[in-house]
Amino acid sequence: MISIDSMLVGQGRWFGGSGPRADEILSTRVRLARNIRDARFVARCREEELSDIFQRVGAALRGSTSLKGGMVRAVEELGVLDRQFLLERHLVSHDMAAEARHRGVAVGPDESLSVMVNEEDHLRIQSLRSGLDLEGAWRAAGRLDDELSASVAYAYHDEFGYLTACPTNVGTGMRASVLVHLPALVLTQRIKKVLAGITQVGFTVRGFHGEGSDVIGNFFQVSNQVTLGVTEASTLEKLQGIVLQVLDMEAKARESLLRDARVQIEDKICRAYATLRYARLLSTQECMGILSAIRFGVTLGMAPLPDTGTLNALLLYTQPAHLQKLAGRELSSSARNEYRAAWIQERLKVTDAPRPGNGTAAGGRDQ
Amino acid sequence: MKCQVCGEAEASIHFKDLRGEQVQEMHLCASCAVEKGFHTLVEQQKASFQQNLLWMAEGIYPEGVGKLAALQCEHCGLRYSEFTEIGRLGCARCYDAFDTQLRRLMRRIHGGTRHTGKSPGRAEAPAGRDEQLRRLQEELRRAVSSERYEEAARIRDQIRQLEAAPAEGGSG
Repeated sequence: MISIDSMLVGQGRWFGGSGPRADEILSTRVRLARNIRDARFVARCREEELSDIFQRVGAALRGSTSLKGGMVRAVEELGVLDRQFLLERHLVSHDMAAEARHRGVAVGPDESLSVMVNEEDHLRIQSLRSGLDLEGAWRAAGRLDDELSASVAYAYHDEFGYLTACPTNVGTGMRASVLVHLPALVLTQRIKKVLAGITQVGFTVRGFHGEGSDVIGNFFQVSNQVTLGVTEASTLEKLQGIVLQVLDMEAKARESLLRDARVQIEDKICRAYATLRYARLLSTQECMGILSAIRFGVTLGMAPLPDTGTLNALLLYTQPAHLQKLAGRELSSSARNEYRAAWIQERLKVTDAPRPGNGTAAGGRDQ
Repeated sequence: MKCQVCGEAEASIHFKDLRGEQVQEMHLCASCAVEKGFHTLVEQQKASFQQNLLWMAEGIYPEGVGKLAALQCEHCGLRYSEFTEIGRLGCARCYDAFDTQLRRLMRRIHGGTRHTGKSPGRAEAPAGRDEQLRRLQEELRRAVSSERYEEAARIRDQIRQLEAAPAEGGSG
């Protein structure tokens, strides 16, 4: 059985940096929206209905083979920090962290499979993979879906498919997304054009944390929009094609950057790395920018630099709730900046950082 | 209606732009909308935000907004007007209660209304007919968006034929 504390120690496998093209693609996610037949959708439910749904779905989740060895938790029983922690790990949504009553979360042993209960839909099955692995993510999500459908009767319509609270998800209920790192397209300012191209073919691009979120650290989330009238397989195939095409454009942008400004680019990366190793204070934002620059260095083949798995870990563990869980206490924003820098340097085994002196430097006041 | 920027293509993006105190109605074709920096609207047209649903619903039904607003799902009590406000349906039966409206909306979002993916107890969609349907629907969407209406009508008839045909058994 896993717990939030054990999750803090073991890094989720999907973040491990082991998947295909993991330096350029952080993760692949497949989400399936499902609802229970004969129950009203979440937003329309009374308290007791929500509670009943959580009981029923919770039982199915506890009995699932795919999730065996994981945990099923009521979100309202979790403290604010733990909710934030799960949010940073993409295991609960913003809405659930805020409105936790009768909301639930189930997490598989290595975090690659999870289910949100009573989010916008009764069930949101989520499958995460390191790197670009749509096929693998889909297969795992589909298996859990089949398993659950044996004990929970889904709302399904012969013509419209899986019925969802929002008609934008109806049909397959599937949203597949790939988190891509595109620093060269951003630097060469070609990104706008590329993104406009993607949105014209029924796919969409969002920031790091999904819908409505900002672009952080040059990460972009590419996902499908159409869920009705298309098969899962064809959607995944198309998404894969688009992502590979975008990576191709990123590679071209990289080439032209190196041709025109190799030293400037390398300088940026080296400076970022120096800051990561020796800064005493690091804000979340600065840290994300630095990690993006170093990741770019890894893609360019520069060495020695931390490997992709380490960069992913730094990305995950330097977020506010993770840092506070690591510290074992609440930290103010400025205290976090100090703790963040120190934690990173410990993780990178930096031993030659200048130490504080004894306060009586030459030329001091007390001469 | 023609696009008010290029005056050539058919306007497909309609919205109200607030300039100071004045509301200005805009009618643009997709490419001019992108050109003018309204690409988010083009995206929204297919996308998934609450306001967007309201915006689309208004766009589709400028005439009988009052009558529509009174429409109600008997099972969960949700009014259509509430749906356009919150962008979320109340229960599975809302799909029947607002059948006509939702079909138009789904066609607008997804380009079709017939599910071709997996279903409970049937892991993978059979290729053959469903795959064929999928391709046709895709073709249809492309034909409509590039305004090749005659071709679109032909494809639509093919789809109808295929849908009317008995489903293939077992294999495929």
